[in-house]
Order: sequence, then structure tokens, then C-alpha cells
Amino acid sequence: MKKHLNTLFVTTQGAYLAKDGETVAVRIEGETALRVPLHTLESIVCFGNVGCSPFLMGSCGQRNVGLSFLSEQGRFLARVHGPVTGNVLLRREQYRRADDLDFSAAVATACVLGKVVNSRTVLLRALRDHGDKIDAQVVQESINRLGAAARRLQEGLSLAEIRGVEGDGARTYFSAFDHLIVRDKANFFMHRRSRRPPLDRINCLLSFVYTLLLHDIRSALETVGLDPAVGYLHRDRPGRAGLALDLMEEFRPMADRLVVSLVNLAQLRCDDFVCSDGGGVRMSDTARKTVLVAYQKRKQEEMTHPFVEEKMTIGLFFHMQALLFARYLRDELDGYPPVIWR
Amino acid sequence: MHESTDRHCDDHSPLEVKLYDEDDLIMISSLQHYLFCTRQCALIYLEQQWLENRFTAEGRVLHERVHTSGRESRRKLRIEYDVPIRSLQLGVAGRADIVEFHRQDNGLWQPFPVEYKRGRPKKDDTDRVQLCAQALCLEEMLECAVPEGALYYGEKKRRTSVIFDASLREKTAQTAAAVHALLTEAKTPPPHYDKRCESCSLLALCLPTVATRKQVGRYLRKMVEL
Repeated sequence: MKKHLNTLFVTTQGAYLAKDGETVAVRIEGETALRVPLHTLESIVCFGNVGCSPFLMGSCGQRNVGLSFLSEQGRFLARVHGPVTGNVLLRREQYRRADDLDFSAAVATACVLGKVVNSRTVLLRALRDHGDKIDAQVVQESINRLGAAARRLQEGLSLAEIRGVEGDGARTYFSAFDHLIVRDKANFFMHRRSRRPPLDRINCLLSFVYTLLLHDIRSALETVGLDPAVGYLHRDRPGRAGLALDLMEEFRPMADRLVVSLVNLAQLRCDDFVCSDGGGVRMSDTARKTVLVAYQKRKQEEMTHPFVEEKMTIGLFFHMQALLFARYLRDELDGYPPVIWR
Repeated sequence: MHESTDRHCDDHSPLEVKLYDEDDLIMISSLQHYLFCTRQCALIYLEQQWLENRFTAEGRVLHERVHTSGRESRRKLRIEYDVPIRSLQLGVAGRADIVEFHRQDNGLWQPFPVEYKRGRPKKDDTDRVQLCAQALCLEEMLECAVPEGALYYGEKKRRTSVIFDASLREKTAQTAAAVHALLTEAKTPPPHYDKRCESCSLLALCLPTVATRKQVGRYLRKMVEL
């Protein structure tokens, strides 16, 4: 099995990464604070003012270690990678199929189905775990509607209709989401999804975790030789990672659960966030670290992949999904099987 | 190359032989992969996928040591390391780990390819075919006969001599033609799971059991029963 390797997150402002033999040396104020062997890394993610030597960039490119630069807030800035790998024939097939609206609809159905069913599972679990503390009726109502949406998706809809179901599903799901938060409701609540900027702490958390997720899925797609930009549900738009966003749909509910448990288990507090006078909410350094650690830990948990029926770390699921997608494009599978959590 | 080797030619004129373009040469190593598994060959050379496992890493380390290009010279023996070679007849190109040149009694230098392998001799022909392809390259480039070479196995620390007889040459040519056909057709063959798969470095990419058994439609219906 392919090994699931670590991701090195560097959040210390002013840090500098250099190649030191076969290791990455993290220098802070001239002192080497940490040394990590390159072969144990899958990717390196730098937040904010973190520098990096060109030799390290070269090595990362050569060894397929993803190296990304994000703003301090986690907005994607740039990534370094070596020569484009993979098969040009596969990418052409990916592009050709994106022009085929029936094929696109089939992929979109699978992605949205994964998202809707997994969202429903998140709500079901909340009902099971906190049924006494939350407004069970509202949550149950959303569960029913998501179930109906999943059934509707099996009717062979057009792309526009699938998008409609996806939009309705997301609204239904997020309308119940606030009920999942059972601690410190004065500070942690979500009335509606907001992104630009996030207007409350939960939205701020969700956006950050989605960024991490997108980064991982994008890398996985590149590793198997697919172009993360050309999607099926998400049509081409310059600067948008369409296919990465397509495959991300099924994983969003997993990210949501992570956010909910961070809050409900009191791992994050109200003052871990900074509210700007303009209304936007940002995370503090400590909050960001807490989330990163939790995210990494989650990725290291082992689960049986529902389609492949093999045990692997959740971090490897991204890679497996990219691989399955490539197999679908090569006609070795009769469809794209999203991960459905049970 | 060697001033004395070019005089050592058998006079066979390749009249009707179709020559490949330099652009269309395939890697010599692909022959070996093809003989091991046609799907593995397609995954590596068509889909450009590669996963390192313990075996490939060991092989790489071994070759890094061998592949320091250079030469040694003695009175009756010259050794050249990491020698770039090609054959337009077979349509292959690559590097030979080692080519020895043995000085004959008549003063000519006889090329003698040696390939390093980790592990032990295999039951199948794959290593012999790879070495034979190198010999055919040397014959074409130096216009001379190369009747014999050797495989060096790391685990045995011993050389095994290989005679390039007509049947091995035929098999090598057929394999090269088959790899060309596979890459021209540009279609990855479906997987066939067997016990060799467990030692294959590409197992995690190939998914031999998943791609043959699983049906997505059924999976989705099962998972979405609400």
C-alpha cells in the first residue's frame, strides 16, 4: 500500500525552511528549531511569512512533496511542484469527457450524492448523540429532506437539476447545522453559511478546514496525473480547482464533524478568534494550530474504505479517490464511487 | 568509440530492416517490465506512474553506485560504466550498467555487457532479455558481434553468464515489438490478479482486485439505501 506520510505545517512567522542534507531544517531567528527527513513527508504547508530555499523547493518538486504557501489566514497563495507528471492521454480524456454533458452529469450525481448522504449521516449522528439537548424536530426534518434529495439524485438528472439539488441540500443541511453546536452558544453559532469574509466563528472554522481539505485533494489529483482544474460539477473557471472541488464534496461533511467536535469538546474558546470591526472573523495563531493538529490526527485514523474494502488511513482516502477517478476515466470502473461514511 | 572495435564487424548487411526513428525509441527497461506484466509496463511507460517500494529503492541504491559513469583501463580489459546505448532496429535506448571490452588474441576488443541486479537469479527470462537487448544495441552501434554477456546478482555476489543465442535474440525482438505496439495503441491492459502482484511496486496504483470485481452502480445502491 502507498504510505500515508506526514504534512509539515509551518505557522511560525519569520521561519525559514532550508534543505540540509536529506532533511528539511526549520530555522527560527537563525537557530535550527527542527529537522525533518524529507522522505517522511508528503507535503509542506507554509502559512504567512515563511521563507523557503530554492534548493528545498527543487527537492520537493523532484520527490513529489507538495509545497504550498498560504496566507496567514489560510488563503491559498502558491504551490511549488516539479515537472507535470502523469499521462497526457489521461488528461486529454479528462478534458474530452468534461465536454460531454451526460458524462459530467454522471460524475456530478456521484459527487453530490456523496455529499448529501454524508451530510445526512452527520445530522443523524448529532441526533443520536445529543438528541436530548437539541431541537430534534428541526434536525429530523432536514434529515428527511436530505433523504429525499438522495432519492431524487438517482433519477438521472441534468447538470442544472443536480446543481439545484445540491444547493437545496446545502441550505437544508446548514439550516440545521446550528443545532449541532451544544456548547457556548453565545459565541459559537451559525445562522447561515458565509465565506467572504466568514461572519462568525463557525464559518471561519469551516472555511479554514475546507482549505486544508482542498489542498490535500488537489495534491492527490496531481499525483495520479489528473488536472485539478478541470471539473464536471464545477465547470471551468480560471483560477478554480474544479475537479478538486468536485471530489471535495463527499469529504465536506467529515470536515464539518471535525469543526463541531472541536467546539463541543471545548478545544477552542471564544477568544481564539479575532472579530474585525468590519464584521469578519479571523482565527488566532493558537486556534489555527489546534485545528491543524486535530486535522492531522483525523487523517491518521484508520478506516475501511467502503468501496475498496481495505483498511487505510483517512489521509489516503484522498489519494484513493483520485485513483478511482482516473480508473473511471480509463473505463476500468463503471462509475465514480464517492466515499460514503456509515 | 574504441578505435579498434569498429574493425571487428561481421559482414551482415541489414537490407530490409525497418529502422525506428530516434523519437520513437522505448526504454530498454520496458522490455523487462512487459515480460513481468503488460499492465505494469503500461502503467509505467504510458501512464507514467511509479511508486517506490523496498525492492525498487534497493535497486536504485545499487545502481546509483554502479552508475557513476567513467572507465577503467588495463592491458587486457577496459571497463566502461553507465554506457548510453540504442538500437534503431529494435527501437530501444537506455544505458548499460557496465560494458567490458576484452582484448582478443588478434588484438581486437570484444564488447561484453554486464548488468547488475539486486536479489537472486530469476526463473523467467526477463533479465536475460534485458541484457540481450543491450547486446543487440552494442552490435548495432559498434558493428560487431556480441555473443555473450553476464548478469551480476547482488544477493549471490556472483556472475551468471548469458549466451545470446538465436532464440533469446528472437524473444528480445518480439518483446520490443510488443512494447511498441502497446505504447502505440495507448491502452492500458486490464489487471489480472495473481500472487506476483503482492511483490509489485505498483500494486497500490494498479488496484487489480478493485478494478475487476467492483461495480460502482451496485455499491451506490447499497450505500444509499436510506
